[in-house]
Parts: sequence; structure tokens; C-alpha cells
Amino acid sequence: MPAMNIIQALNSAMDVLLDADPDVVIFGEDAGYFGGVFKATDGLQAKYGLDRVFDAPINEAAIAAIAAMAVGMAARGLKPIAEIQFADYIFPAIDQIVSEMSRIRYRSAGQFTSGCVVRSPWGGGIRGGQTHSMSPEAFFTHVPGLQVVVPSNPYDAKGLLIASIESGDPVIFFEPKRIYNGPFDGVPDKPLSSWARHPKGEVPEERYTVELGKAEIVRPGEACTVIAYGTLVHVAEAAAEHAGIDAEIIDLKTLVPYDIETIAASVNKTGRVVVAQEAPRTSGFAAELAAQIQEECFYALEAPVFRLTGWDTPYPHAHEWAYFPTRDRFIRALKTVTEA
Amino acid sequence: MSDAQSRFHVPTPPFRPGDAPDFSYLNLPKAGTAKRPDALASWRETSDLAVGLVGVLDHNHQAVGDWDPRLSPEILREGLSHMVLTRIYDERMLKLQRQGKMSFYMKSTGEEAVSVAGAMAMRPTDMAFPSYRQQGLLFARGRDIVDMMCHCISNSRDNLKGRQLPVHYAWAEGHVFTISGNLGTQFPQAVGYAMACAYKGEDRIAASWIGDGTTAEGDFHGALTLASTYRAPVILNVVNNQWAISSHQNIALGDAPTFAAKGLGYGVASLRVDGNDFLAIYAATQWAAERARKGGGATLIELFTYRADAHSTSDDPSKYRPKGEFDSWPLGDPIERLKQHLIGKGEWDEARHEKLEETMTALVVKSYKEAESHGTLHDGPLAPTESIFEDVYARPDWRLRRQRQDLGI
Repeated sequence: MPAMNIIQALNSAMDVLLDADPDVVIFGEDAGYFGGVFKATDGLQAKYGLDRVFDAPINEAAIAAIAAMAVGMAARGLKPIAEIQFADYIFPAIDQIVSEMSRIRYRSAGQFTSGCVVRSPWGGGIRGGQTHSMSPEAFFTHVPGLQVVVPSNPYDAKGLLIASIESGDPVIFFEPKRIYNGPFDGVPDKPLSSWARHPKGEVPEERYTVELGKAEIVRPGEACTVIAYGTLVHVAEAAAEHAGIDAEIIDLKTLVPYDIETIAASVNKTGRVVVAQEAPRTSGFAAELAAQIQEECFYALEAPVFRLTGWDTPYPHAHEWAYFPTRDRFIRALKTVTEA
Repeated sequence: MSDAQSRFHVPTPPFRPGDAPDFSYLNLPKAGTAKRPDALASWRETSDLAVGLVGVLDHNHQAVGDWDPRLSPEILREGLSHMVLTRIYDERMLKLQRQGKMSFYMKSTGEEAVSVAGAMAMRPTDMAFPSYRQQGLLFARGRDIVDMMCHCISNSRDNLKGRQLPVHYAWAEGHVFTISGNLGTQFPQAVGYAMACAYKGEDRIAASWIGDGTTAEGDFHGALTLASTYRAPVILNVVNNQWAISSHQNIALGDAPTFAAKGLGYGVASLRVDGNDFLAIYAATQWAAERARKGGGATLIELFTYRADAHSTSDDPSKYRPKGEFDSWPLGDPIERLKQHLIGKGEWDEARHEKLEETMTALVVKSYKEAESHGTLHDGPLAPTESIFEDVYARPDWRLRRQRQDLGI
């Protein structure tokens, strides 16, 4: 099996989808000829043609319309994959996503559907400042009718993207851009490691899916449970290793619908939990997990649920690492819950 | 000028309650004067039409000029019949809303020609993305009246399972997309749908309708940008009924000459059409549909009309515009104009018209009785309560299954 990074794995997923199904179309700003600013669609227009992988206009109204177009197209039976260049730029499209795309099936009582994928590079750790670093997943996890997916490695990125387009319902697919090229252990000044040395960097060329709604225990343990998604899965692993804490780490993968069974089983076993997100704390997705855990596992808990999050500030540029939940902050969180 | 200086400007309507309406300022071109370019002409050849007015029926109700679609009397009578039905249906539904039979209603009085002629000039399989004021489109497409009423009173036969406010119809079989209450969202959706038709190599097209006020939404501009970029086979209709609830059209128009003129900047063929002239709307839609089907791309059509009644059952127009404004409206009543045209051709008469109105009234009354036999919003039966958890996703996930249990069903 070839080693791929996340970009290559996403590209491979779209290649497989385009090859298998003429109803799959891909579009976005710079997504056509240029292959996207992160090169996720590189070479696909040349291989499949201008009408299947194409550029979309650049401005806020047009970005909103990219999502709208996906709705219209999906209602016509196509399977569109739209790219929003950065998750920070998704807000002009929010009416089309929140009021339209998410509700087409419901408000038409199943007469129309809007199965499509909106891909978007997401999260911080790349010195992107406040407009290229956001993690806006909670805006979308709050919306009935949407599924929200965040892969944390190349193998899952491909399998989840294929599962997303085949799910028949709209999926907001956030890609942790910090780990596009290699896992990140949350220590800012360390050199990047490569996906080639990670087991999940082995990606089959052919079609496969990773089931939506299923989390994975990426590191079994007894001392506490860490629930993370995207980049922070790797930071959590590095923290547990570095501090020698026997943490059980759950890679959530799908935020909506999240895998409550895997979460509850782990928390009932360990009694101690850290829920982690890069996004600001208040009303973040970690709050949903914390609330659900206390409803589900209250009598098993040995310590308060610890939310490890970004701060309630916009994402800073110069002080990025003061904002980001780094390995050191993770270690403090793990110690807090295990020593409580 | 030494005293020239910028001053904050807020447009005001020409008249407010208490004023005597006088529309002579509109200076509308006469019917029959507009030239009809080839359907595949450059958008530039529509420049005059975007600021002029495509009209066919003149002040004597005769069809004149290049745009006369030369329709058979049968088609004209069919159009008249749909329009009369639409008006009677609206009247009846408003009364029923006042009696508490439904939560909300929106009439299309005075604008019946817009959706009836538009729908009749397209193929029944062309996809429609209407706003909430195109009920005439449903009649023209043959939607069952009982079904429409069952939706409006949210009963057990509502095909939307009670999920939508009244008049937010959806009818996949009739190629009518689910109507949104968020303004303008359907415009870029129609473009996307039209792109998909072209992608699939079909000769179907899409059409959408928004109001004058909605042209200020970003989706209007996004739709025109994409329609132009991808030459989408789509008809983008702006129903300029002069009023966005209480805001006069000039709040959205600004200093632009017309709403149609806004299309020219996008390189989209643009027509302003007498929206109370069945023949003109039919002809313009036919032109735009041919253009779209033959690869000429999109057309923006401004339908110049007048909202003769309230925006919805939630507002009282006497609070913001003069009474009797519609009586002064220079483009008249679309039903009366088509009726007089048919009478002038010897294809219709007062007795037949009266009979048509009686027949349609009886149909509406009878249909409502039948609709009510399937329940009402207040007294039920409604769609089963557990249906609120259906269709959120193709299959409900654990959250919805648990929440349904929490509700005790």
C-alpha cells in the first residue's frame, strides 16, 4: 500500500469517486485547473475534464452560491463535492447551508434531498491568523440535517470522504490542515514528522469507506479518557506518551452523529475525561460532549469533565501557541483529571 | 457648485396613506413598441428592453407588436381559467385564515398572470423554484386543489407532514421545488439545478421567482454571477410588485433604472415585462426558455406588476400605502385585461366569464370541504407526531431515536 499524506488521500478519494460515478462533480475557488490552494484536487480536472472539476467565482456572494449550487445540483441527482477554501470563509454560505441544504429533505417530506459534501480546510497551527485558523464545527453540529466529519489521518480522510458522498445527506467535511502533511504532536518548534511513518499513512489505491458515526480508540488506556478530533488526536497521543499517563484516546471522526457508545463505554471504564477542541470554549462541541457524558456516565465519574479548548478570543496570530491546546496544556489537563 | 455636499439619502415612496396615488411618473412605454430580438441574440441586444417594457396587450386589449405570442384561443382561455381560479382560491383561503382555519396566508392578487403565464410558457418538466407568491404556477401545472389546501391547513393529508407554514408548497412530481421562507435562496439553487440539467445533457431548464425587495440579497447577485459564468439554462424572474411588505421598491432599487437593468452588468439577457399582461409574460418566458434550451444561457426578467393586497395575513397595507392605489395602477388588472382581450376576439363573453367564476368558486368550496375531511391544524388529525423525527436524515441516528422515546412515542 502506498504511503499518502491527507491531501493525497483526499485526492485519491475524489479520483475514485469521479472514476466510478459520472454524477460526481467537484468545484470550488481555484479547485479546477490549479487543483486547489492546498492541492487536494490536483490533476483531477486534467484527468476528468472541465465539466467535472471546475473553478467557482470568488467573492462572498459566490461562495454562498457554491453551497447553493450544491443544493440545486444534488436535488437534480448529482453528487457534488464543493470546496470552501478555508473554513473561516464558510460564513457567507451559512444561510444556504443552515436554512436550505440541511432542511431540503425535511421540509419537502422526503420529496427532495441534498446529499453533497462541503469540504473545507479547518483549524489552526499554521500561523494563519484569525481568518485562516478557525474551527467553526459547532456552528454546524447545532444544525439538524447536517452531518459533520473531521478526519485525523490519511486513511480515514479517504474512507470518510467516500462514505460522506455516499451517505445521501449533506456532510460538512472539515480537514485539519495542520496535519495535511504529517501528524503534529503539539510541540510547535519540533520538525514535522511524515505520514509515511504512521500506520494510518498507508492508504489503499482502491475504493473503501470508513463508517460515519463510528469513533475509534486509537490508544487504549485505563487512567482516563480523552475525546478529540482532527489535529488534537495526535497532540493527545503525544501528551499521554510524554507524560507516561495511561490515557485512553478516542478519535471521534464524526461529530454528528457522534459515537456515544464508544464514548460511554470508555468513560464508564476510566471515570475521568478530557474533551478537547481547538475552537473557543463557550458553546463549543466539547460542551455537548461534556453534557452528554454527565447525563450518561454521571455515577461513573471520579472527577469533573475537563474541557481543553481554545480561549474565548479570536484566533491570534503572533501568540498562536498561547491559544492552541499544545502538548503541555494537554499534559496539565491529563494530570488534573487523573490526580483529582 | 460651492454649496454641493453629500447628504444622507433615504428613498421614500411616491405616496403614503392619505396621498392621492398618481403613477404618471412611471412613464411606461406603450405596448407593442418593444423590438423582439432573436432568442440567441447577444445580451447587448436586450439593453433597451431592460429599461423599456415588453408589452403586448394595448389599452384597447388588442395584441400588438413583435412580442405577440399568437396563442390559440384555447391557450388563452386556459390561462384565464387558471388566473380566475388562483384569485378565487386566494380569496377563499384568506377568509378561512381569518376564521382561524390556518395559521397564515399569502395572496397573489393582481399578480396572477406572472406565475400562470410563466408556467404555461415553460414545459411541465422544467424545474420551478418559486417564492411564496406563485400559487398560480401550481394550478397551471395541474396540482390537485385539495392537496394544496391540505398542505395549507397542515392536516393528515398535507404532503409536507405539517412541517411548513401554509403556501410553502413542494411538489416533486410537478417539478416544483420546496419553497423557502428565507428570501432569495432559491435563485442560486435554480442556477445550480440548471447547471446540472446542462451537465446531464438534458434540454430541461430551471426557473425561479423572487420579489423586488429580494434583489438586495446577496443570493440575487451570486445567482446572476454564476448564471453568467456557466451560461446556465435558467430564467431568473424578479416579480416587481412595487412593495416589499411596507418598503417601496425604491429601497431595493436605489438609483438603478430598473431591476432588469441590473442583469446587464452581469452579461445576462434582461427584459422588463408588463407583469399584468398575460401575453407579454408568456412571450418573454417563451423567448427566455428557447434561449436557455438552445445554449444561450440565462435571462433576467423583471415582471412589472402591483401587489394588490397585503404582503401576508400579518400586515395591514392601509398603514403604509394609500387605499385605492391598485385602482390607479396604470397596468390594470391582469385578469380583466386577458378577459377583455378574449372578448374582443369574439372568443369569450361576460356570461361565460360569470359561469367560469361560479364553477371555480364551487370547485374551491367543494375542495375545501374535502380537504377539511382530512383534518385541520386546530382539530386534527395531523400527520403522526412521531413524523417530526422523520426525514431529518435518510435514517434517524441514535439521538433522534432517543428523543422520540423521550417524547413518549
